[in-house]
Amino acid sequence: MTSRIAKKRGEWINRDKPLTFQYEGQTVQGYEGDTISSALWAAGINVLGRSFKYHRARGVLSFANHDVNAMMTDGVDTNIRADVWPVADGMDIKAVNTIGGVLKDKNKYIDYLSPFLPVGFYYKTFYKPKSLFPFWEDKIRKAAGLGEVNFNYPRIIKPKKFAHCDVLIIGAGLSGLSAAVKAAEQGLDVIVVDENKQAGGSLTYDYAGEQTTADTLTSLLGKVESNPNIRLITDAYAGGFYGDKLVPLVGKDGITKVWAKSVIVASGAFEQPPVFRYNDLPGVMLGSAAQRLIHRYAVKPFNKGVVVTANDYGYRTALDLASVGVDVVAVIDMRRNGAPRDLSQKVRDKGIAVHISSCIYEVIPTSDKLGVKAVSVCPYDDISAGADSGHTVRLSCDGVAMSAGWAPAAALLYQAGTKMRYDYSVEQFVPDELPEGVFAAGKVNGVFDSKARQLDGQRAAAEAAAFLGKTVDVVTVPKVEMAPPSHPYPIVEHPKGKNFVDFDEDIQVKDFINAAKEGFDNIELMKRFTTVGMGPSQGKHSNMNAIRILARVRQLPVEKIGTTTARPFFHPTPIGHLGGRGFHPHRYTAMHEWHVDNGGVMMDAGMWMRPAYYQYRGRTMSAMEAVQEEALAVRQQAGMIDGSTLGKIEVFGADATEFLERFYTGKFSKQKIGESRIALLLDEAGVMVDDGLAVRVDDEKFYVSTNSSNAATVYREMQRNVQLWGLQVTLVNLTGAMAAMTLAGPKSREILSTLTKADISEASLPDGNMIQAEIAGVDAKVMRVSFVSDLAFEIHVPYKAGLHVWKQIMAAGESHGIRPFGTDVQRLLRLEMGHHLISHDTDGLTNPYEAHSEALLKMDKPFFIGQRSLKIIAKKTLNKKLVNFVLEKDFTGDMPNECNLVIEDGNIKGRVTSIAYSKYLNRVIGFAFVAPEQGSTGSTFSIRTDSGAMVKATVVKAPFFHLLDNDGE
Amino acid sequence: MKLLECPINGIRPISEFTYGGEYRNMPNPDTCSDSEWAAYVHYRNGAPGLKKEWWYHTPSGTWFIAERNTMTDKVNRTYLLGQEEAK
Repeated sequence: MTSRIAKKRGEWINRDKPLTFQYEGQTVQGYEGDTISSALWAAGINVLGRSFKYHRARGVLSFANHDVNAMMTDGVDTNIRADVWPVADGMDIKAVNTIGGVLKDKNKYIDYLSPFLPVGFYYKTFYKPKSLFPFWEDKIRKAAGLGEVNFNYPRIIKPKKFAHCDVLIIGAGLSGLSAAVKAAEQGLDVIVVDENKQAGGSLTYDYAGEQTTADTLTSLLGKVESNPNIRLITDAYAGGFYGDKLVPLVGKDGITKVWAKSVIVASGAFEQPPVFRYNDLPGVMLGSAAQRLIHRYAVKPFNKGVVVTANDYGYRTALDLASVGVDVVAVIDMRRNGAPRDLSQKVRDKGIAVHISSCIYEVIPTSDKLGVKAVSVCPYDDISAGADSGHTVRLSCDGVAMSAGWAPAAALLYQAGTKMRYDYSVEQFVPDELPEGVFAAGKVNGVFDSKARQLDGQRAAAEAAAFLGKTVDVVTVPKVEMAPPSHPYPIVEHPKGKNFVDFDEDIQVKDFINAAKEGFDNIELMKRFTTVGMGPSQGKHSNMNAIRILARVRQLPVEKIGTTTARPFFHPTPIGHLGGRGFHPHRYTAMHEWHVDNGGVMMDAGMWMRPAYYQYRGRTMSAMEAVQEEALAVRQQAGMIDGSTLGKIEVFGADATEFLERFYTGKFSKQKIGESRIALLLDEAGVMVDDGLAVRVDDEKFYVSTNSSNAATVYREMQRNVQLWGLQVTLVNLTGAMAAMTLAGPKSREILSTLTKADISEASLPDGNMIQAEIAGVDAKVMRVSFVSDLAFEIHVPYKAGLHVWKQIMAAGESHGIRPFGTDVQRLLRLEMGHHLISHDTDGLTNPYEAHSEALLKMDKPFFIGQRSLKIIAKKTLNKKLVNFVLEKDFTGDMPNECNLVIEDGNIKGRVTSIAYSKYLNRVIGFAFVAPEQGSTGSTFSIRTDSGAMVKATVVKAPFFHLLDNDGE
Repeated sequence: MKLLECPINGIRPISEFTYGGEYRNMPNPDTCSDSEWAAYVHYRNGAPGLKKEWWYHTPSGTWFIAERNTMTDKVNRTYLLGQEEAK
């Protein structure tokens, strides 16, 4: 049986494009433009899903993207929202969360157990004994819940787009479109967004049996479409409101981030269900859902129905139902006064009975419980919310349309920081104080009359224009006297319950009353205990009724209960929309390809990729073997490391020396050209931050290096202090522009001399000095640096020449047994040399006195960063000391790790900061913080290993090479 | 706050900026007491309100001062150090 009706003006379906799809194994016809729900409903299929908890049959509720009981899966995507998702030819779908199909769901027995399953049941029942909880959890999780996640989901990268505008209008209904036209007339650049397939909001369905609504829409859309200042975006929703008016618009294909200079929220209102027993049966739907079915999809909601209402909208729905041939048995008005005379007369003229001060006491289900057989109507007192169940009348019907009121779609207003107040003239929360540049118009602003909504949109647009600096006349919206569009308490109690408030989570009236009795009588607590508003619709149809119930239970006015803020996103948003490309760029040095080709085991080092060690020339070695081999090569022949990641900063200008003297702890004024000095950087508290070398290039120019990991921060701090101190200094960050490599080992001079004519003898280029020289035909800075070895050359060349010079040196060293070495090897080599690494061997509290760096502090200078703090620290007793230690010869016990504690008499005295076995020395060596009294050469201390064993360590001098000559103890 | 105005480069997304801490006037290290100095180095007023802050526009390497209300996260104005009056 099909419920499709004759072609209607404004319908969204394309009758020229019929299509076919499968639902639960059944073949269904539809049209292009149909949603899954509308096509199924047109085909007479009314059971669209099973509820979350009790597995009750459910149909259409809102048709407004919160019919969360009608969720489908096609095997790839899950939780497809049938009320809004378009049908496609050949689609094969079924309802989620059923066993054995939606009609015969084997879990429906849970509904019969529901009296024994009040909210909080799980918390109270299954927590003892604890050992059985995983068993119950598994059962509950399988029975309750939504669709199953498909872990083989294809990764689809969706683009992020950006857009800018003067005015972003959220909602293309009567007020939103009116605002758009007005704003565009002021010359403003306008974006209007609407989540529906077509613009118009309630103008697309709330006809009340007439054509004036459609006429209004046609003329308004004409003005919008002809205005080049307006961009109308449909089928996308404003997902959230972020700082500086950033609003992501979520479309089918991805997100557009809109930066708006002002925002008008004209998002309308969600229709709210009245609450009575069996208000969830398939066939019972909101009035606006019935109107959407009729006017958008040309589908008859039911054949013989009743309308239950607590406002005038039910009458409008009744007129729409009658206009398409539905036999409307009665309008049941819960209010004592009913509708205005002209409206109720129009309804009566159609032969429809109107019963005021009445309610639906309960819906009588069909025998299979899958539909409506009749309704039981009784007198109702709308002040006491009392139903007189002693005088019920049964009206047979197959459908119910319900209209009880509205809740503002104010999620974005809340997120923007709007203060709301409860307005008794409309029985609704409305904006009270709006943030700067944010405006509200239409139903979300408590304005319901159609003339007034147009004016309210224009008013908001005028205010936005004024905010943006336009001169524009103020628009006033006259107050229209009308009955409140929402009922203050449309809730009918029933001793047998099943009067649903939250359709997502199957929460009944008594659940709220019980929650309050248990002490969860604050809205936030009640939300968490009952889970109201925590389902996929996020309370769009349930929060308002929950607040009203709680207010009545606590005998407080509604505004004292408060509301909860709906967080982004406004509708569930696929993770794929939010995830994007991984923007984690890596920096490659000039020699990167060479490392990879020669077995370099590449590791992340900040943003850089660096080899930790090499599986050199195709040999498979453990990390330990490789590290020791490379280290031995450096000690016995030669090795080379790519040091391009070092921070390299040129400091020049008339005040360059003055700047370095203030910035670093050392003295630079008497430094000769070509000499280097250690550049130790402290923070204002005197804590060690970085160390590098400063080489004087000429009188007013220094070439300064920093640790690789600090390159960006040191450069940044230099820039800040140049500005702060007002010095004549220019800084150039050459970190990426220069490649650097360190050639180290006893054969290094011999190797390097084959590639240069420059004199690099000990006399001409002693340790700590630099020359400009041509290396392998490339102009280079060559520096003697003894970080990893006594004899080592640091060679800096322009990035583009890096690979060439590297290859030339490797070739020249071939006959000397040269090996490339990685960062893990560098760590071992510098440890053997006794050089600590700042921020590895020191931490965020370590001062230079604790790390035997006093010699680098020129306290007689007028100022350097950290100097004043050091003067205070120097007066205090030292409480820790960084020392070099060695484990006993041929140590074979439990190997300590970095961060293992130094323990003495059960007290923590310090910790290991570096430790390694050196094959060259055949000893385990390291650095540790110890108590000052343990710090003198030859004293011993104990390290507690991961397993709890205590290992004896002895303090020795650095470098560690004296261990080769004697026992060092 | 998702946007910030760099005095040199105009309004840019916040991802281009690095926060540099509150701007504080350093006491004269030669004349201040130890406790005055320690207070300058270690104490920060966490109470929300209008603060002068250092901000750094990373791509261009520009340090500047932003006057930001940390309660509302609104920036009143930004300027290069020492050019407060010109703005």
